[in-house]
Amino acid sequence: MNKPRKPWIRLGVATALATSGSSCASMPIQSSSPQARRSPGSYVEVTLGRYLARAGDCQSCHTARGGIPWAGGRAVPTPFGVIYSTNITPDPATGIGDWSFEDFYRSMHEGVARGGRHLYPAFPYPWFTRLSRSDVRAIKVYLDTLKPVRQRNVPNELPWPLSMRSAMAVWNKLYFDAGAYQADPKQSAQWNRGAYLVRGAGHCGACHSSKNFAGATDMQHPFRGGMAEHAYAPDLTSSKRTGLGHWSVADIVEYLGTGSNDITSAAGPMAEVVKMSTQYLSTDDRRAIAVYLKSLPASRTQDEDASSSDNIDDAVMRAGKAVYVDDCQGCHMDEGKGIPGVFPPLRGSSAIVVEKPQTLIQAVLEGAQIPPTHAKPTGLTMPAFDRKLSNAEIADVLTFIRNSWGNHAGAVSEGAVGDMRDTLGNSPE
Amino acid sequence: MARRRDPVDVVLVGFGWTASIIAQELTGEGLEILALERGEYRDTVPDFAVPHIQDELRYAVRKQIFEAPRRETLTFRNNRKQRALPMRHLGSFLPASGVGGAGVHWNGQAWRFLPQDFELRDFVEQRYGKSFIPEHMQLQNWGVTYDELEPHYDRFEYLCGISGQAGNIAGIRQPGGNPFEGPRQRDYPLPPLKRSASTVLFDKAAREAGMDSFPCPAANTSEAYLNPLGVQMGKCTYCGFCEWFGCGNYSKASPQTTILPVLLKKDNFHFRTHCNVVRINTDTSGRRATGVNYVDADDQTWEQPAEMVVLCAYAQHNVHLLLLSGIGKPYDPETGEGVVGRNYAYQITSSVDVFQKEILNPFMGAGALGQGVDNYNTGNFDHGPQGFIGGGYIALWNTGGRPILQHRLPKDAPQWGGGWKKAMRENYLTATSIATHGSVMSYRHNYLDLDPTWRDAYGNPLLRLTFDFQPNEHAMSNFLTDRATDIARAMHATSIHPKPRQGHYSIIPYQTTHNTGGTAMGDDPRTSFCNRYLQSWDVANLWVMGASVFPQNAGYNPTGTVGALTFWAAAAMKRYIRQPGPLVAVS
Repeated sequence: MNKPRKPWIRLGVATALATSGSSCASMPIQSSSPQARRSPGSYVEVTLGRYLARAGDCQSCHTARGGIPWAGGRAVPTPFGVIYSTNITPDPATGIGDWSFEDFYRSMHEGVARGGRHLYPAFPYPWFTRLSRSDVRAIKVYLDTLKPVRQRNVPNELPWPLSMRSAMAVWNKLYFDAGAYQADPKQSAQWNRGAYLVRGAGHCGACHSSKNFAGATDMQHPFRGGMAEHAYAPDLTSSKRTGLGHWSVADIVEYLGTGSNDITSAAGPMAEVVKMSTQYLSTDDRRAIAVYLKSLPASRTQDEDASSSDNIDDAVMRAGKAVYVDDCQGCHMDEGKGIPGVFPPLRGSSAIVVEKPQTLIQAVLEGAQIPPTHAKPTGLTMPAFDRKLSNAEIADVLTFIRNSWGNHAGAVSEGAVGDMRDTLGNSPE
Repeated sequence: MARRRDPVDVVLVGFGWTASIIAQELTGEGLEILALERGEYRDTVPDFAVPHIQDELRYAVRKQIFEAPRRETLTFRNNRKQRALPMRHLGSFLPASGVGGAGVHWNGQAWRFLPQDFELRDFVEQRYGKSFIPEHMQLQNWGVTYDELEPHYDRFEYLCGISGQAGNIAGIRQPGGNPFEGPRQRDYPLPPLKRSASTVLFDKAAREAGMDSFPCPAANTSEAYLNPLGVQMGKCTYCGFCEWFGCGNYSKASPQTTILPVLLKKDNFHFRTHCNVVRINTDTSGRRATGVNYVDADDQTWEQPAEMVVLCAYAQHNVHLLLLSGIGKPYDPETGEGVVGRNYAYQITSSVDVFQKEILNPFMGAGALGQGVDNYNTGNFDHGPQGFIGGGYIALWNTGGRPILQHRLPKDAPQWGGGWKKAMRENYLTATSIATHGSVMSYRHNYLDLDPTWRDAYGNPLLRLTFDFQPNEHAMSNFLTDRATDIARAMHATSIHPKPRQGHYSIIPYQTTHNTGGTAMGDDPRTSFCNRYLQSWDVANLWVMGASVFPQNAGYNPTGTVGALTFWAAAAMKRYIRQPGPLVAVS
């Protein structure tokens, strides 16, 4: 249940932001005295901490599905095995109640928990390391205000040698570069704020980047799209067709704040990110994020864009169109026009011609909900078609959609739909 | 022995249109509100999702989303000489069960009543004299006027995103709209729906026949619509599956598509499903409701204490609950005294089937896609030569072309076999029908009480309905059918087939789910159960929503007026909670 935000709380957030904005530009390193560590924290600091914890979407991962908020236990599937998030309530026995600020800072900054235990990068410390010390302190102060919950952490399901945490020391040496964000003096304060949020708390690149065989993000070329659990997190660079090249700053601000815009709506894991995280960001911060994202050079040239579609068989297009007319057109309208702001258009949408179609396949199989937000509370929902459509029909209709009305993108194979059914655990009847 | 729940400020019996509106309004006042719904939870997805919802056999024939008579029904007879028998299959009307109530399965025909409808007794007496009123007709004023209700009609229409064409904005006639309607403060929120081939034919014919034709007001969105609560609706696709179905693409107004996305997020609102309220509890004085008793899905009885009780169930269920709870004086047709069960009325309908040469594509429809004429409604014509009271609209509704129940065959077509199939092939695409929708007055011998013999699943006496059409209604309906036939003739049809409503009322064939009366509102506690604010005269913290407060039924579908009355009552409740007590003093 979301409580209506009271104006005085918004005022508090605004004040807190003004503070954090100036601190991130000048990057002061504050030391925290032991007394300060245990102090309950000022109102401004607690509010800032809550704001940053939302910006980092901490609660989503640190809450099991249907579980107690912040008490951990959510399974995070990785290519190596399942990792379970931990209890970060201030319970001394099972949470982080007896962690000092230095303990907490080390975990965020170096990926090392209290007692020297290495954390796995499913906890995105390669991104959180960019946070300023004062911001990390605010997050800890905020977490200390939560209700302590006694709930033991679930052991991870990782094979040897990954099950040995010391293995991560090697990983860190190879792939991890600790250090707070350093402002780029050539760029504006707004751009730097955006970069700080995207590369730090927001850890956008954790999903929206490709990863190597060891699960490490390609930090040289981040934000070009990558897999996020079962879904594909699209290219955030300025590629015209598959990226944000055709999105305006205002489009990004609206999407992050409300869950949809005239181009598309959030689906898959991003729906949860908007609902739990980005809708709480101030308009200034969402704008800063947009300005930063729009500055990312296109990952693909327009020529590469144009050459990436397959030759699609006419029979597939005919079959796909038949499914489209029967099952999709009622909401997405003829020629994929959609109703901008209501039912997402499919024509000319970067979300449709993405490199990997997993998010689209998942949406057709399981349905998808535009995340209900404070700005757009409705939560319009697309039904699941897993029982109505066969793998071949889903492949055909997605191929049709991805290659009609000016769209062009790779064909979707029946096998890819079947794989997603297996992953989601729903086999065709 | 009932176990006791924690008290709440307001308990709502039922969770359909009226409960949703009251909850949305009163949660804004900071009250703790609880709705008790006997049916299940339902939402657009997955419950009404396309394409599963377009299943005529499951929903329209097997009546999936309605009340189950094996749990709750009523007994019926035409008159007091007969022995009433239980209605074991739904027929004439279809009460809902489940969150959203009948607001889920209605067509969306969203009318306002005429100004004279609310002051009908005064209107008839002044225009035609007291002697014009037949013996035993219990004509009553509502205690509220059209002008008082206008802002509340407006709120309901803007909540729902009604598509229509205004006929009268602040007293100024608007071309193309209903010239007879009461003045409205502004236009409808959305333009009219697109016309179908058959409504275009009707429009032309009605004008030729000298009547004023206009697009009927529809709770099917002609465009995407963002309502004042911030809830987003889609755009109607004319799939033709409104009536008796939920809407799969957010384009028919229902609690789910207009209120619940906001209401269900509020911390001070809760609801429980599968909770059937069986009693309203009162204190020893009988003047104050203390809450309700309900039975849950495990047959456990619970007491739910509350400071205010609002009856938001279907019309006859509100009456049933009051009779079971011994609140208000039960109506006695012998003496004409008592108010609970008094003035039950209904709707009288007829039709004229029209068989054209041209293809009409009836399957492209919407529940309230229609073209109507209102020349023969309540005060819009001279009743003097006709000798009856009341009236109704005539309309061609293009609700859909479902194969099982929405096909029409000429009178002489074979009823089965190859001949029937041939007639279907020849007529399906070219047949249409004109409907008449007539008012029903209240009469001394049409009423509701408790059945002395039959009991429901909870061991409570069933409600007993004693009702028949009276000569006034037949005369009125026949007159409307003749006017509809005039229009049908002007459509230059190949053949027409008038189907007047004749004989006694039958509970078997579907007519309308427009059951009214039983807890009438009004100015006089001797003839009404609740005052003009829908507050019980006897028990000031008990309120009744819905069509059971209609003193008699008008010649329109009731939902628009039910919605307006609910907003009107909610405004009164906001005054009441600041200073509890009767809002109208009994003189």
